[in-house]
Amino acid sequence: MKKRLYKIIISAVLFVIALLVMFPNIWINRIIYILSYLIVGFEILKKAVRNIKRGKVFDENFLMSVATIGAFAIGEFPEAVAVMLFYQIGEIFQDYAVDKSRKSISSLMDIRPDHANVLRDGKEEKVDPDNVKIGEIIIVKPGEKVPIDGVIEEGTSFVDTKALTGEPTPKKVCKDEEVLSGCINLDGILKIKVTKKYDDSTVSKILELVENASSKKSKSEKFITKFAKYYTPIVVIIAVALAIIPPLLINGATFSEWIYRALSFLVVSCPCALVISIPLSFFGGIGGASKNGILIKGSNYLEALASLETIVFDKTGTLTEGVFDVQKIEPVGLTKEELLEIAALAEWYSNHPIAKSIKKAYNKNAEEIKIKDVKEISGKGIIAKIEEAKVNNHEKQILVGNEKLMEENNISFEKSKEIGTILYIAIDGVFSGTILISDKIKDDSVKAIYLIKKNGIKQTIMLTGDKKEIAEHISKKIGIDKVHSELLPDGKTEKMEQLLKEKGENKKIAYVGDGINDAPVLALADIGIAMGALGSDSAIEASDIVIMTDEPSKINTAIKISKKTMKIVRENIVFAIFVKILILVLSALGIATLWAAVFADVGVSVIAIFNSLRMLSKKI
Amino acid sequence: MKNKFKIKGLDCANCAAELERAIEKIDGVDEASISFMTERLIIECSEENKNEVMENVKKVIKKEEPDVTIEEI
Repeated sequence: MKKRLYKIIISAVLFVIALLVMFPNIWINRIIYILSYLIVGFEILKKAVRNIKRGKVFDENFLMSVATIGAFAIGEFPEAVAVMLFYQIGEIFQDYAVDKSRKSISSLMDIRPDHANVLRDGKEEKVDPDNVKIGEIIIVKPGEKVPIDGVIEEGTSFVDTKALTGEPTPKKVCKDEEVLSGCINLDGILKIKVTKKYDDSTVSKILELVENASSKKSKSEKFITKFAKYYTPIVVIIAVALAIIPPLLINGATFSEWIYRALSFLVVSCPCALVISIPLSFFGGIGGASKNGILIKGSNYLEALASLETIVFDKTGTLTEGVFDVQKIEPVGLTKEELLEIAALAEWYSNHPIAKSIKKAYNKNAEEIKIKDVKEISGKGIIAKIEEAKVNNHEKQILVGNEKLMEENNISFEKSKEIGTILYIAIDGVFSGTILISDKIKDDSVKAIYLIKKNGIKQTIMLTGDKKEIAEHISKKIGIDKVHSELLPDGKTEKMEQLLKEKGENKKIAYVGDGINDAPVLALADIGIAMGALGSDSAIEASDIVIMTDEPSKINTAIKISKKTMKIVRENIVFAIFVKILILVLSALGIATLWAAVFADVGVSVIAIFNSLRMLSKKI
Repeated sequence: MKNKFKIKGLDCANCAAELERAIEKIDGVDEASISFMTERLIIECSEENKNEVMENVKKVIKKEEPDVTIEEI
């Protein structure tokens, strides 16, 4: 690239000398022009000769050579050199842009680990991550990347997940926790038991996804390659006709005049700037999205996001945390803490999700208290006896469960009007209060739906297997337009099929889910968006876009990136085609000179390329 | 069956598109895709005649773009 730049500079200097200095003999000027031309254009001429041998007449090298040699032939020396010189300047800009965006993507590839420290026979060995087997122990030192997915055997540390999720705050990890490859270990030494092969690890999956993202081409890219396929031959044929026909038919028309006009056609006949600027925009958009923790599997999906009309959300785990939490404690005749303690003790030995959430809210140890005669009645609740430490020999009988449990044990109680799962508690046969447990709405969900609607999405729909009241309550709180509740897993697929049938032409429907039991729906939708899917293979496989964090508002970010990309793509297509046609018309009429043609053509390329490069910034 | 290659030496995006079209025409190639940006060539063909198809792909590349090299990944 440097060598080419030097050639351009030397050639440009010679060109300016020949242009400004009037040598006594015009042939001195001409020789300097030819010298300048050969310095900058020799490579092109060489390639052109090689291409004619292979019958490739519409190759850009060939066209440029014909245009410039033609200009020499009709005595337009400065024009001939200018065309070649500016053409090469355009090429340099193009190479710079391509190089820059390739680099920006490869900085994303920095997450690729180069080695793993594996513990074999008590010794640490540095090996290729590919050669580590499942079950082996690897050691990750501070500053190193976690090379393979695994579970921590020993050590605690903070890990930087920025490269994976875009999340700037480091995450604390300790024993028995899962760590994903691609994270950077920040302070402690970690011993990790490998749970996946390198090829199946998160980092491999992500790299594969990003590297192959551009293989699925968008409609705009297909349009432009198709356009290029016909554009060049048509322009060249018109150029030939323009050079020959008018001088033969029109009285007084000279060949040199019409050949000059035809040469302008050859100058603008190369569609390369257009062909590069469109994929460059998409490439930049996909790159910018991945910097934000959004992986897009192809430019066609990035394009489709811009014409999104409806977004369908899964509830649990997508809009809500997917973790049940104690929301409200309403005691009767005792304090909140006491009621929670009693419920927690009764549920102590249960592994039911409800029991877990109560124990989590209680957050204390119960070793000193004796709990006995625990009876778990499936679908109803728990009966247990608690021996109270303070009052000797008194055992309290505790009932924790739903309405049915209360009714069966003839306990008079007040029905709660709260929405969610309600636990009724009775102590020694007396109703003592309720605890409300429900799934928590993600902090980000309300903001996400607000922004998505503001961004022009017409309809938001929530699908859930949950009860109607709960579903409606949550959708109202978040601001979702429509709810379909009490759906079986098959029901979600059916609903999606129905929505796809009803949608307007050219409008797209996206489905957002966590991929745990909705992979078929993810695959079915126009755009399947998997959320928080890091580490879940089936979700990554089935979806078209993977959001690496848990934030639904990233969907809005993705839509914004898509719209910005599409705007740039449209600008480039319209601008470039408009300018080219304008030059063609003006040169045919003899208004535009070769100078104007080459300036406009290279100018358009450079502007289009720099316009595309805007997509590479992280800010949207 | 998708086969992925690193493709180097392409001059411009238009040449990439032309080469893509030429490879797509080869018998046995179900789909071909060249990304100029990521320098990647992806060829979809059946497992059985992969070797034969790849021979032809190499021939086409040599004819269309003699400076281009590919390397399987």
